[in-house]
Amino acid sequence: MPHGLTSLNAEDIEKVAHLARLGLSGPERDAYAQDLSRILDLVSQMNAVPTDGVEPMTHPDEAGLRLRDDAVGNEIDRDRLLAVAPKTRDGLYLVPKVIE
Amino acid sequence: MEWETVIGLEVHAQLKTRSKIFSGAPTAYGAAPNTQANVVDAAFPGVLPVLNGEAVRMAARFGLAVGATVHRRSVFARKNYFYPDLPKGYQISQYEHPIVERGRLVIATAAGEKVVGITRAHLEEDAGKSLHEDLGGFTGIDLNRAGTPLLEIVSEPDMRSAAEAVAYLKTLHTLVRYLDICDGNMQEGSFRCDANVSVRPLGETRLGTRAEIKNINSFRFVERAIDYEVRRQIALLSSGGQVRQETRLYDSVRDETRSMRSKEEANDYRYFPDPDLPTLVLTEDLLAEVKAAMPELPDAKRRRFCDQYGLSAYDAGVLTASRELARYYEDAVQAAGAEPKLVANWVTGELAARLNEDGLDIGGARVTAQALAGLVRRVADGTVSGKAAKDVFEAMWAGEGDADAVIAARGLRQISDDSAIEEVVRQVIAANPKQLAQYRAGEEKVFTFFVGQTMKASRGKANPAKVNEILRRLLAP
Repeated sequence: MPHGLTSLNAEDIEKVAHLARLGLSGPERDAYAQDLSRILDLVSQMNAVPTDGVEPMTHPDEAGLRLRDDAVGNEIDRDRLLAVAPKTRDGLYLVPKVIE
Repeated sequence: MEWETVIGLEVHAQLKTRSKIFSGAPTAYGAAPNTQANVVDAAFPGVLPVLNGEAVRMAARFGLAVGATVHRRSVFARKNYFYPDLPKGYQISQYEHPIVERGRLVIATAAGEKVVGITRAHLEEDAGKSLHEDLGGFTGIDLNRAGTPLLEIVSEPDMRSAAEAVAYLKTLHTLVRYLDICDGNMQEGSFRCDANVSVRPLGETRLGTRAEIKNINSFRFVERAIDYEVRRQIALLSSGGQVRQETRLYDSVRDETRSMRSKEEANDYRYFPDPDLPTLVLTEDLLAEVKAAMPELPDAKRRRFCDQYGLSAYDAGVLTASRELARYYEDAVQAAGAEPKLVANWVTGELAARLNEDGLDIGGARVTAQALAGLVRRVADGTVSGKAAKDVFEAMWAGEGDADAVIAARGLRQISDDSAIEEVVRQVIAANPKQLAQYRAGEEKVFTFFVGQTMKASRGKANPAKVNEILRRLLAP
């Protein structure tokens, strides 16, 4: 399939980058526009395959999910977990002020 | 113009598991910050979620209770958004393939019973908590609640008034507690409600534009928030304006709803199946186990109370309001050995009033079901009058012992012995010749005078039914 069937513009890329909280430079935006367009081309190629009557498969593992017993385990060492955070206070992780 | 209100409700019921939905951290409420969040809840790199089987059983139990389809296969999806109290950057939820779909709940309304459709119920994890108080210009994050299992229960837009919405919520609230899947504590956020509210001209079949009201944490506020929102939308539409689809916050202090600054692209969650979690497959064994453990549901219990104990629909409704109250009643009936109606009167009367006065629920009753049964037996066999029994009950509540002990200690035993009462009645008649003459001359109302005098002479202990009977006989000319 020729490249360019799907073409994302700078605005699309900006939107997706914003949702993913990615800051992109101009050249990066162009590169991503091309990459993502190619991915979408592949998706439209797959979309063309007739799948009527085929049950969607979300996971290749047919065995299904293993269930855990409802038991409390693993000691929690709060200080060790908090130690990796840039800023903490009184047992809380601190983050830049979130304005509601 | 006449308007019709349309309401659909989304309830987040916190499931009563000991550990979290995808980790072994405890779920207890009120612990010190971040002491109940382990590496999975804090989203450390390389960890994997492992689903709590009990949360699955609870969701299935709910599905069966509302007559819904409990899907043999359901899928967990990632709901992607950035917020500091969501450390993974996504919430694990169910989207296209929820575990429960198409159920129904019967509610009681002013116009009789009404069926409210339940669109779906799905499993998901709760987020952590952001603390905005004075932290030197920072926001504090407590992840204790992160990963707590939730069942999100979504209704059809079937309710037509705030009162119906409250009836639905109360019925659902009773049900999840009966099923023992949620403690229903609204103050602690175990049972939270968002309301989708719209209005349309009466007769219109298309839905109007809705507003979603968040942050309603009591039955009273649900009613007030919806009433306010309905008034707001009607005023807006009547003056030629339009309702904007948005999220609004209910402010209980000002009793109004306010627009939340709608976050840009807030609804672009980019859901996709979570690759960490294969399809949730419910085996027949698991479903059979859930069915076997199903408790008697409120409706069935209410009907049984009417049939088995001969109670009115009203009394049966009051007594089955919670599983605990129903158990108390049945324990008392069993201990009393009979008199189910008399027991019901005591439980819905004196006991309920006392609990209410002391701000207790049935678990805090200071008179046990067995002790109450002991008192009811003494009322039934005529040992104490109904009036004296209320004093006995108060004394029992105050810890003065069981019914027999209180009756003996306070000398409240009723005199039912015919000859003893006759003796008192003869003295009363002899002392009041004038009134006797009046009665015999046809002044019927003098009879109550004699009853009063006899009760007084017996210091209130004479059995009133016997007093009446003996007076009639001895006063007759």
